[in-house]
Amino acid sequence: MSDPMRIRAQLMGDKVDVRVLMAHEMETGLRKDTDGKIVPPHYIQSVSATCNGKTVLSAQWGPAVSKNPTLAFRFAVASTGAKAGDKVIVMWVDNKGEKRSDEAAITLPT
Amino acid sequence: MNRRDVLRTSGGSVAMALAASAGLLTVKSASAQAWNKTAFEVKSLNEVVRAMGGASATESKDISFVNAPDIAENGAVVPVGATSKIPKTESISILVEKNPNALSASFTIPEGTDPTISTRVKMSQTSNVYALVKADGKYFYAVKEVKVTLGGCGG
Repeated sequence: MSDPMRIRAQLMGDKVDVRVLMAHEMETGLRKDTDGKIVPPHYIQSVSATCNGKTVLSAQWGPAVSKNPTLAFRFAVASTGAKAGDKVIVMWVDNKGEKRSDEAAITLPT
Repeated sequence: MNRRDVLRTSGGSVAMALAASAGLLTVKSASAQAWNKTAFEVKSLNEVVRAMGGASATESKDISFVNAPDIAENGAVVPVGATSKIPKTESISILVEKNPNALSASFTIPEGTDPTISTRVKMSQTSNVYALVKADGKYFYAVKEVKVTLGGCGG
């Protein structure tokens, strides 16, 4: 199992600002190791974020997304009824079928 | 036979075998949409648009880049963000023209989410970066050149 994602969800006026840092190798399948063998591809293929049961972002990724990917986006409070304390859940699935899901509570700006 | 052909023939079949053995079926059932394999394998903007089911894309001034540098010192980590002012933006995709495969990432924007996303991508060399937007069933794009001083594909 890979390391947990770091997720920050912050209430900003009528929007929720979400920043995610995922721990993943994101191997392209093009790189060779020190023995000259090709390192098999291993990368996140799909990502989705939900809040209060509503999908607020979904994505399909290729191997060209950087190692330990970051993601930033904003969604409206109006469409989800999100308030401070509600959870934003982020989930990814990679090309080997491994998956990970983490959540963070929406915080008020400091 | 150049490098690209080698990868296409040998790497392609290996990848297929891997995908089959690793149970790509579970991935498909887990995600709302199946991973668009064709779109991630083609080389150009137009081919990606076609793989996504469109005909062609037109350039638009209503799409702009955020965070994307003019010069990236490290091609392995190039921040790229894009924002669309086009009404009914449904998806935003990031493409790097000179990467082995053009499409890097494709984001589906549900209603209520800002048509602005940012992430980090790898770039093998100095290249045009495209932000491809699907809005109301049509495709639009913006382009920006990012110079890379150190490639990001290793090996």
